[in-house]
Amino acid sequence: MANTVDQLLEQVRENRIWRSIFRSGTGDSNLHKSLFVQQNVFLHLFSIKARKRTLEFSATWYLGAMTLGTFLILVITGILLMLYYHPSVPQAYADMKDLQFVVSSGVFLRNLHRWSAHAMVFLVFAHMFKVFYRGAYRPPREFNWVVGVVLLLVTLLLSYTGYLLPWDQLAYWAVTVGSNIASAVPVMGSKIRFLMLGGTAVNANALLRFYVLHCVILPLAAILFIAIHFWRIRKDGGIYAGEPAPEVESK
Amino acid sequence: MSEPKDLVAVMDSDVRKTPRRIAFITKRTSPQVRVRDEDRVMTYPEVFFRAAVAIQVLAIALVVTSLLWDAPLEGLADPMHTPNPAKAPWYFLGLQELLHYFPPVVAGVLIPGLVVMALIIIPYFNINVEAEGLWLRDKAKRLRIFGIVVVVFCIFLAVFDVWVALVPTLIVAAFMLLAARTDPQTAKGFRQWLVRKPLSFWIMTWFLVELFVLTAIGTFFRGPGWSWVLPWRA
Ligand code: HEM
Repeated sequence: MANTVDQLLEQVRENRIWRSIFRSGTGDSNLHKSLFVQQNVFLHLFSIKARKRTLEFSATWYLGAMTLGTFLILVITGILLMLYYHPSVPQAYADMKDLQFVVSSGVFLRNLHRWSAHAMVFLVFAHMFKVFYRGAYRPPREFNWVVGVVLLLVTLLLSYTGYLLPWDQLAYWAVTVGSNIASAVPVMGSKIRFLMLGGTAVNANALLRFYVLHCVILPLAAILFIAIHFWRIRKDGGIYAGEPAPEVESK
Repeated sequence: MSEPKDLVAVMDSDVRKTPRRIAFITKRTSPQVRVRDEDRVMTYPEVFFRAAVAIQVLAIALVVTSLLWDAPLEGLADPMHTPNPAKAPWYFLGLQELLHYFPPVVAGVLIPGLVVMALIIIPYFNINVEAEGLWLRDKAKRLRIFGIVVVVFCIFLAVFDVWVALVPTLIVAAFMLLAARTDPQTAKGFRQWLVRKPLSFWIMTWFLVELFVLTAIGTFFRGPGWSWVLPWRA
């Protein structure tokens, strides 16, 4: 049984159409494994090989990978939530109620998005501190650390803009508290707040702005910077492995 | 073995395991090519598989959480009724706690601005790149600077009544003193570990402790009018 499945899969993979899409072909050699990564526009952000020491759990606690995991869950559940959501007042709140009582698995969908968002904020901080304590921010990785700080800010903004969308008391007042801080900026404070909210208070305009930021602009920014982040890991010599690497032998 | 001049050619001879590679390395080598003969594995499938397992475990945990606990949903937003206390999302509650002590420009703009700046410049500062234990050199001089900084900072916090930030500062300072009073030659275990810690470690740890304490207080110990409450009484 397992054999026939394997054969079938093999046939599919050897198929002309399949091969026209995935050029790495079948086989177990290191060449094939290399091509699998190298010939794929997404995977080729990563290096073909990795130092074994860097894969140990203690090296990274896989916090970066798990941060990516929360982000993926958020994108998927977020797109599904968008199918049921209107960014208008008071319809947004009614949509929450629909998710609760009408949409099948609506509560689960919303829960998963919400808890994953909290988890992402937590994991991004944890990842940052882990990177710091193992000294992986040091040159030549200094710029990737800066990319990381940008990702931290994007993550916080994603979470903050999403917080308003249910349009309940919790959302409304949390965002009001936050936006009041913006008006404390010297000289331009109230201008910044106006730009942020599209008005002088949290209202329907603010909801629309936060929606666009939350569903379009910030996710795109996150994807862009995550791509740069991963590509830089490869360019900076792979995940940091601890002690300085042995010197080159000349000749 | 001599210092590489301008050009070095390295050849990976294990042709059967790896495709043949010839690397030309200029004097400023990148760290990747400097490494020879470290155990390496193929990214596909090894790295991807492990990352996938990590993500799977996380996904299962989140799914279980979502099945057991519902996300909060309160009544329709009502601009006329301010809840008391009105709290920001949990990751901003450390800042909101600071807003309670300092004017908004300081707590809401200056401090977060400084934190972001500080995070960005970390890898560009030599004290952060150095990995030498703080007290292993110039001990007397460093102790004097340390003493002045801690005393001035604590007075500042006390003037503004920020006890919640002062106590963690004192605790971290106490550990720093413990490290200073440890003999690196004879100490063992935890104290040996402490004495090897560079300044950057202490600063970041202080930041982490403050972040944790302030966030926890803002989240669990603040009630109506930002008054002190105990979470099990609320
Ligand atoms: C959306 C947010 C982020 C994602 C998805 C992400 C993902 C990752 C992944 C998968 C790695 C591989 C190694 C590991 O897991 O530690 C990594 C490494 C790294 N991350 Fe992040 N990261 C994020 C945010 C951050 C932040 C906030 C910082 C720091 C301010 C940061 C700094 C770094 C650095 C310097 C490395 C290289 C470490 C090394 O070479 O060992 N990242 N990141």
